[in-house]
Amino acid sequence: MAPPAEVLAVRGLSKTFPGVRALDGVDLTLHAGEVHALIGENGAGKSTLIKLLTGVHRADAGDIVFQGRTVSFGTPLEAQKAGISTIYQEVNLIPLLSVARNLFLGREPRNRFGLLDFARMNREAEEALGAYGVRVDVRRPLRSLGVGAQQMVALARAVASEARIVVMDEPTSSLEPREVETLFSVIRRLRDAGIAVIYVSHRLDELYAVCDTVTVLRDGRRVHHGRLAELDRLSLVSTMLGRELGEVRTEGLTKFTGDHHATDAEPVLEARDLKVPHQLHGVSVSIRPGEVVGLGGLLGSGRTETAKAISGALATSSGRVTVAGVPLRAGSTPAAIRAGISLLPEDRKSEGIVPGLSVRENISLAALPRLSRFGLVSEARVDSIVDTFIERLRIKASSPHQKVGELSGGNQQKVLLARWLAMNPKVLLLDEPTRGIDVGAKAEVQKLVDELAADGLGVLLISSDLEELIEGSDRVVVLKDGAVVGELTGDEVTEDKLMRTIAGHAPDGDVLEEAATDG
Amino acid sequence: MTATKTDAPVSATRDKRPAPAGEPPGSARSERVSALVQQHGALAVLLVVSLVASFSFDSFATGDNISNMATSSAFLAIVALGMTFVIITGGIDLSVGSLFALGGVLAAWGSRHGTLVALLLPLVVCGAVGVVNGLLVARSRLAPFIVTLAAMLGARGLMLALTDEGANTYLIGKGSFLAELGQGSTLGLGNPVWITLALFVAGAVVLRRTRFGQHVYAVGGNEDAAALMGAPVARTKILVYTLSGVTAGLAGALNAAWLASGVTILGNGMELEAIAAVVIGGTLLTGGLGYVSGALVGVLLLKVIQNVINQIGSLDSSYQQVVSGAFLAVVVVAQTWLGRRRQLM
Amino acid sequence: MAEATLKTVPLDRARVLQWLQTYGVYAGVALLMAVNIVITPHFLSAENFRTQAVQVAPVIIVALGMALVIGTEGVDLSVGAVMALAASVTALYLGYGLLPALLVVAVFAAGIGLANGALVAFVGVQPIVATLALMVGGRGLALVLLPQLEDLRNPALASLGSGDVLGIPYLILIAAVPALLVAFTVRRTTFGRQLLAIGDSRPAAQLAGLPVRRVLIVVYVVCALLAAVAGVLATARLGASDPTSLGNLMELSAITAVVVGGTPLTGGRVNIAGTVAGAVLIQLLTATLIEHDLPPSWTQIAQAVVIVCAVYAARGRGKR
Repeated sequence: MAPPAEVLAVRGLSKTFPGVRALDGVDLTLHAGEVHALIGENGAGKSTLIKLLTGVHRADAGDIVFQGRTVSFGTPLEAQKAGISTIYQEVNLIPLLSVARNLFLGREPRNRFGLLDFARMNREAEEALGAYGVRVDVRRPLRSLGVGAQQMVALARAVASEARIVVMDEPTSSLEPREVETLFSVIRRLRDAGIAVIYVSHRLDELYAVCDTVTVLRDGRRVHHGRLAELDRLSLVSTMLGRELGEVRTEGLTKFTGDHHATDAEPVLEARDLKVPHQLHGVSVSIRPGEVVGLGGLLGSGRTETAKAISGALATSSGRVTVAGVPLRAGSTPAAIRAGISLLPEDRKSEGIVPGLSVRENISLAALPRLSRFGLVSEARVDSIVDTFIERLRIKASSPHQKVGELSGGNQQKVLLARWLAMNPKVLLLDEPTRGIDVGAKAEVQKLVDELAADGLGVLLISSDLEELIEGSDRVVVLKDGAVVGELTGDEVTEDKLMRTIAGHAPDGDVLEEAATDG
Repeated sequence: MTATKTDAPVSATRDKRPAPAGEPPGSARSERVSALVQQHGALAVLLVVSLVASFSFDSFATGDNISNMATSSAFLAIVALGMTFVIITGGIDLSVGSLFALGGVLAAWGSRHGTLVALLLPLVVCGAVGVVNGLLVARSRLAPFIVTLAAMLGARGLMLALTDEGANTYLIGKGSFLAELGQGSTLGLGNPVWITLALFVAGAVVLRRTRFGQHVYAVGGNEDAAALMGAPVARTKILVYTLSGVTAGLAGALNAAWLASGVTILGNGMELEAIAAVVIGGTLLTGGLGYVSGALVGVLLLKVIQNVINQIGSLDSSYQQVVSGAFLAVVVVAQTWLGRRRQLM
Repeated sequence: MAEATLKTVPLDRARVLQWLQTYGVYAGVALLMAVNIVITPHFLSAENFRTQAVQVAPVIIVALGMALVIGTEGVDLSVGAVMALAASVTALYLGYGLLPALLVVAVFAAGIGLANGALVAFVGVQPIVATLALMVGGRGLALVLLPQLEDLRNPALASLGSGDVLGIPYLILIAAVPALLVAFTVRRTTFGRQLLAIGDSRPAAQLAGLPVRRVLIVVYVVCALLAAVAGVLATARLGASDPTSLGNLMELSAITAVVVGGTPLTGGRVNIAGTVAGAVLIQLLTATLIEHDLPPSWTQIAQAVVIVCAVYAARGRGKR
């Protein structure tokens, strides 16, 4: 058999966003019929690479050679017409239109009067979907299908528009195990038909099940590429996270001192068996006063969801949260806050700060009722609190009246911390507290977390930065696919052990079955 | 997972197939039921109200009364037809009431220059206002409600300017083609009724059986996805506002022909009636789902209720508005709840 | 991920826009005043000022409530209907005395506001849609209660409409009170800050534990109550209750005043002084056109153009 043709050659692709070099001279080669895994942690540059390939952004430097021609797509539509289709995590179709009409939008068959020929359209839609093992009433609205079937429709649409490359961005994040199987068989069929697939996922089992080759990105650079079979799981995880196995730990890379050892006191926070459909399958975490508990796991393992479920921002289907022994009303953020839980959300810009309000107003926002009498804000008390925290957290703003939206990321994060510290919380849930902030601010935030724990706060720390997680935590609970797969305590809290737990646990299929029982 | 007895044959055939990437279990039935309520709920209410009315009032089910109701429904129905397209794209057009009045005045004024002018002038002018609405919404990305609210004011100003601040009422000569079009009848039903029916058939075909119709649904269903799938989003929006302007102008012209004059005080609040009719007929105010036939049923329902209120006699006709508002609120709440439940599934 | 270094580029255009946003409306008022002083006879007379002020007072009162609603990223189309409802309820209950009548008016208005707020906050209906339903139903209810214009002969009500203190009409004093109160609320109260936070970023407000639903409901109730006050005042000035035409297109005037005054439709910011100035600007514009014998038709067309321009200009501001 002749070697398959090269469909895509990316050379030296770079992209800089204000303040961040998102992609730095990345190469990628793709052959017909190749299923290529693209992996990396948050901020590694995966999504930037995909957006450059599919015409959402334009590259600053580098070439994209597609089927022998150098291309530069201005819009996703152009890329799609040329033959690069994308299946997004969130299905990007029209939910209220029928399945068949979604499949054929823009290229509907017409009869001799120029009117749409529904009989033919439905028949062809049934055939097209049948080829993927999807048998549904194609006249029903798309949204009446499961997410998996919807994804198949998107896939069928992509292939029908003569795609040469199909990019799948975390296609399985909301699929049932049997739907995942169907997707895999479709991918294999695409491969046999000579279509190249770029497959983005964080589920190692899946990668090994369908992918031939792999590219690992880290901090905007390609750090590994080659055949997937030649890379075992542990090496894959360590390459992705950028930590050598067995590497001698160099202490003091972070500002964490780690000298706050947990007391034997009763837990200040206990979360038992939290379940959220498709996202969490019975997660339990407990935190004692003065303890920093790390939440480990890859992207999509359920860390953020756990924090949100505890703080009442994500509705749970079952489970219980108690703060200092008192059970918490489920699904109510105000109740959680009153009980002393504070959440620093991962998405700082859209869920954390109120960008148009000032530093002063942002800091006092949650504590306003305490700083008011008869509904009137006591400006003196607000000033004193705001001044205290601006000084203590060293928030750099031109004045307390500057809009938070104009501050740097690190200072925005400090404003959010100040907002919560003003509430005298018992438990702090920190979701990626140092992501996207500069080195100086990062060190300050880490130091602060240490101090707070030393003062007796319980802290839940989520971080994709392995160093930060290991050095900052007294104990690490490891999540995978929405369930706890291990816990590291004492001397076990090492990067090595953490990576082994993430990679090693559960042979193929095991976790999927676990998840299935919760479905 | 558990198939209910009633659709056992369906699920049995489905179960035979090996692991189809199918639908979420159990939702199929409730989905169908809510779709049924959405699409035909208004029709059922219409039938019940009509039935009760014909038993309660002797004068309800008479030929005269029905013919009257049909004719008076016709003009609102034509306005609602254009509105249906706009609402399915997720927009709203508050200018139709003013355009209705403007169309009537233009037709009456134009009738002095011949039938062709009388018919074309309202369509062209009202269509042009629609184009401006569409451009501001689609290209400048302004909120539809504020754009069309301003157009409502502007169109009314234009109408007043044409009529010496409303002092001048243009008449349509007796025996002219236009008068015949509005006042004559065929097979016992007024000409406007036939015209309305023809327009609705055409509208249904356009909406259901053309690519433009598909784009209308796609834009309202998920604008970003529609753009990704290659639908001409801006063009579609401009076209629906234009269509809405044209239908409002046409309805006004026909109404003027029927009344034999361009009455300047008409059309106040008509936009609200039209929106109420469209939404009651099962079109989602949030866009993406709707039926031309529903708009017709919604108009008939409103007119039948109005007729009933008039028959009761002791009730003021303003009750009509209270009923419309209440209907609108109930339907909107139901739509929101149904929509949310579907999202959860 | 992409950390934007938010250094503001010294763009002259941006600075001009910023300036226009804050002071444009005052400049507009000043300009119109200047033009009128030159071209309109007796413009500077006390009588003219009184007339203008009395006409603009109800618009200002409605616009204040509208500004609060728009601050939460909503809109209230039912204000005109609430004015009409206030007019007919006043007429119905004036027999029991002015104060009882006003209390009943307040109950009705609060009911409408509560319905609007509940639809928006609890059911999750879009504000336009929710208030549209109340706009249709509210006007109908007003007409059901009082089918046609009715002359009102109540000395207390009449003095409310035409009386004055030291030459300043009650109407203006009554409009000034809510203006000051609302401005104070926005600046100094917990409620005001929560309102702005909700309008600016609903997810952040929710995660910060703010009582989002309560604030929304109160805002719609306040807006309806203010519209009712405007309705009563307009009725008092007319000396008659006119539920058919009172408050027609008031929602448009109020929204225009708010937007022209520098409050973006995207929420998160409320400019009360600007809103008052916005109402004055439109009043002056209309008065100028009428004064110089332009027919109402042209006034309406001019107003439509101003609205579209104001919204178009405000479009860029909302996006931070």
